[in-house]
Amino acid sequence: MSDLNKLGLAEARDALRKGDVTSVELTEACLTEIEAAGALNAFVHKTPEIALERAGAADARIKAGDAPAMCGLPIGIKDLFCTKGVPSQAGSRILEGFLPEYESTVTQNLADVGAVMLGKLNMDEFAMGSSNETSVYGDAVSPWRRGNDDTPLTPGGSSGGSAAAVAADLCLAATGTDTGGSIRQPAAFTGTVGLKPTYGRCSRWGVVAFASSLDQAGPMTKSVRDAAIMLGAMAGHDPKDSTSADLAVPDFEAMLTGDIKGKKIGIPKEYRMDGMPEEIETLWHEGAEMLKAAGAEIVDISLPNTKYALPAYYVIAPAEASSNLARYDGVRYGHRAKLEAGDGITEMYEKTRAEGFGAEVQRRVMVGTYVLSAGFYDAYYNRARKVRTLIKKDFEDAFAAGVDAILTPATPSAAFGLGEMGQADPVQMYLNDVFTVTVNLAGLPGIAVPAGLDHQGLPLGLQLIGRPWEEGDLLNTAYALEQAAGFVAKPGKWW
Amino acid sequence: MSIDESTAARVAKLARIRVEEDALPALAGEFNTILGFIEQLNEVDVEGVEPMTSVTPMRLKRRQDVVTDGNQRDKVLANAPDAREGFFAVPKVVE
Repeated sequence: MSDLNKLGLAEARDALRKGDVTSVELTEACLTEIEAAGALNAFVHKTPEIALERAGAADARIKAGDAPAMCGLPIGIKDLFCTKGVPSQAGSRILEGFLPEYESTVTQNLADVGAVMLGKLNMDEFAMGSSNETSVYGDAVSPWRRGNDDTPLTPGGSSGGSAAAVAADLCLAATGTDTGGSIRQPAAFTGTVGLKPTYGRCSRWGVVAFASSLDQAGPMTKSVRDAAIMLGAMAGHDPKDSTSADLAVPDFEAMLTGDIKGKKIGIPKEYRMDGMPEEIETLWHEGAEMLKAAGAEIVDISLPNTKYALPAYYVIAPAEASSNLARYDGVRYGHRAKLEAGDGITEMYEKTRAEGFGAEVQRRVMVGTYVLSAGFYDAYYNRARKVRTLIKKDFEDAFAAGVDAILTPATPSAAFGLGEMGQADPVQMYLNDVFTVTVNLAGLPGIAVPAGLDHQGLPLGLQLIGRPWEEGDLLNTAYALEQAAGFVAKPGKWW
Repeated sequence: MSIDESTAARVAKLARIRVEEDALPALAGEFNTILGFIEQLNEVDVEGVEPMTSVTPMRLKRRQDVVTDGNQRDKVLANAPDAREGFFAVPKVVE
């Protein structure tokens, strides 16, 4: 077989089981591609020795007839996951040199079923960004381009390295994390599938914390089937994360029948934004038509508090981040600033954090500090938490009225050029998450499915939002959409 | 609510992030842009609404109040920028 790196998880699994290919061959094919893809800056810490060792072990396991679904499949891991003995920096200078003494639950779960880690993937610093431009490693670059124009484009963020790596076939799939859209937006920008599970489905233990009430890990893959397979391997109850749900993990793949007859799909009128390109509006309409043709019933719904999701998020997420990032003090791990004679512990903290955190992280930590400070806690933080209650209620009302899933655009635009989004006004960048952030605030599962190309030849995605804990049903609806949309475009190789 | 330079300096101090004096006007400007965006929340009627504490209704699990971990001093210190004699080392704290 040739082009082994281009396989998806399901195809590679089937080939491994049939004995047509070995995990070592798959892994070597990916490692070769990774070496040749420096221009994408997707893999920032490569682990070929670990990969080949695990691949060899997986081949032995497959031969012995003990092969779980992910066994022997080479994948990339976002730098936010702590991986034992392997640099885990969350894209930040402040964690330079940090070698975790432990393994995150999600990456341990993947290792336990035999998945092969190829290395760590680029991301926005502490997952704060929508373009992978805040990373200490420099920008990750999308494999996609606007026709013959060689302007480098963003793969999205914060899981930009994961999206670029999957879209460019450097690995079969990758892990991502999503706090406000960080899996779904980069998936939509790169023509890949990205699933944010229900809050609590995947353990957060060992995942560097950004905003703990919103953070959730999930798969970034080449197909909906692959997302179902990989979610099954990542998910599960973990006593080490008190918010991890003690629920059985169903066989998500077995739920992909493609039959969505009688399902009620909601179209929320509040997601029709001023200034949104007509192409996205058209794609959204076409997506609804496809689901209708597959037997679903399309209903107009209202999620009245949608407009307030982003402002609420930009209170809650920075507030939690300011608390979570207080641990980076230059004492226990990572970077410590060089001190001058006479500097005390306060200078050590202040200099270390000024040097170790990039501009966007500093900004969010300080905004979070402000909204939690005496006198402003009620006006900002408590108000935002009340608005969050209302946003969740909007969804609960829709589901109570019989809606099974909600269809929306995934992003308000296609991928933009690196450096093109206003440097001066951080709020412009925040607007990227306008369709995804509601889902985190409500703790729901959401998936981005590639559905078409825009006039520049860039991928556009649609988002489906499901009921809590019903990822299986959501994946099945996404599968029906994927089948109908028939998205097969791949970026032309220039790197 | 408008943030001036002295408020920006106070917030930086609370966050333990050194911000040079000449960077304060730009920082205050950025805060004002972000807070201006957040101000929209004032339009929402939140009378009688409970602030969210947990996005999924769940009872936190309890466990026996016993030691489950420990005796890992070397691992704990392994990543410290400065560790000596089994302790984290920091600049002088007490005169």
